[in-house]
Amino acid sequence: MMNRSVTWKSRVAVVLAAGMIASGGPALADDVGHDPLEGFNRAMFAVNEGLDTVAIKPVAQVYDFVTPLPVRAGVGDFFGNIADFRNALNNALQGKLADAGTDIGRLLINSTIGIFGLFDVASELGLEKHDEDFGQTLAVWGWDDSSFLYWPLLGPRTVRDTGGWIVDINTDPTWGTINKSVAVRNSLVALRFVDVRAALLSTDKVVEEAALDKYAYVRDAYLQRRRNQIFDGRPPRIDDSLD
Amino acid sequence: MMKKLIALVFATLVATLALAQEAPDALIKQVTEEVLEIVRKDRSIQNGDAKKAIDLVDAKVIPHFNFQHMAALAVGKDWRKASPQQQQQLASEFKTLLVRTYSNALTSYKDQKVVYKPFRMNAGDTDVLVRTEVHQPGNKPVQLDYSLEKLDAGWKVYDVNVAGISLVTNYRDQFGQEIRNGGIDGLIKAIAAKNKALEGNLAKADGK
Repeated sequence: MMNRSVTWKSRVAVVLAAGMIASGGPALADDVGHDPLEGFNRAMFAVNEGLDTVAIKPVAQVYDFVTPLPVRAGVGDFFGNIADFRNALNNALQGKLADAGTDIGRLLINSTIGIFGLFDVASELGLEKHDEDFGQTLAVWGWDDSSFLYWPLLGPRTVRDTGGWIVDINTDPTWGTINKSVAVRNSLVALRFVDVRAALLSTDKVVEEAALDKYAYVRDAYLQRRRNQIFDGRPPRIDDSLD
Repeated sequence: MMKKLIALVFATLVATLALAQEAPDALIKQVTEEVLEIVRKDRSIQNGDAKKAIDLVDAKVIPHFNFQHMAALAVGKDWRKASPQQQQQLASEFKTLLVRTYSNALTSYKDQKVVYKPFRMNAGDTDVLVRTEVHQPGNKPVQLDYSLEKLDAGWKVYDVNVAGISLVTNYRDQFGQEIRNGGIDGLIKAIAAKNKALEGNLAKADGK
């Protein structure tokens, strides 16, 4: 356990250091400033589009087709319950202790009354669900601007959010803490991956038809959504009056 | 009898006035519920009939949007370089594109429920944000916010925000790219070409 935590810490340190270097230099106000690695990113985007078309999307479509709605909801709630652990941790790290308290309350209620998280009873009781991760925590701690990165399989991230993601999976019960079986872990990780992809199926067509340049559309949507998450759904207005 | 008639006229008058000055949050709620009610009962929209969804959006939603403002927001600084005629063309092509996007969202409607967040505004406000949330079983609620401005014709939507993503400003970089390559006319052409391609898809779907 000790060894493991040392390795992940050093891994995070490397990624974070890389991020500091990549995001060093004056921040450009121009949108292009967020994407200095555009050439690499576009190549990775193309790779991912290929993978998605031949392998990932078909699996997600089958899953979407064969899984009845109550099962889908149960799967979503199950992973949502696990995510409340991450929400609590990161709310606490960001100093939002009341929110962290709500997350722990949700975790306790849904893991017991909600039968291992299969039902989201806490939401019915009015305990609000949050959406936090370590990338957001880093942003709250001051790393608010970071270069965009596109990974195969992982999809859109920034340098900061890639580091955040590594911390997230290392603090995620699905990846190791609650079970010792590699087979169970891999099944859970795969199921969650497919479930997340399936939830995006209805968005696919919209993006496909709305975008003039799909890569730029996805990138800018990701950056906007992250900004919204960092400010918990109430980002300060960017004032761009046109007169 | 006379008394009743006067009461009736008076009531109608009050109702008309109320409608003209309808609060922005009430407007959003009324339009949303009206559209969802129709989609809930319409099998063909649920089964992906894009043309029908577009007609519905055209009839019920479009009158409450200000596309001139939306196009200006999407284009950004270069908007001032466009002639009034170019601006009008941009607004019109952008409208077609957005209607298409918005209608698509309707055809993937599946038992979602819209929750209206508490709304506050001051008496003289002419620019407000109405916040709603789309709930669906097993998924996180999705934030859906509308920015509205008060014009002579009443409250008009000029931006729609889904999960923090503005459907309008998300185009800014793509539009900027087109303008750098081919000027304002290049951008108009690019959106028009996109719309034409989408129309082609629509016709194909119709034919099968």
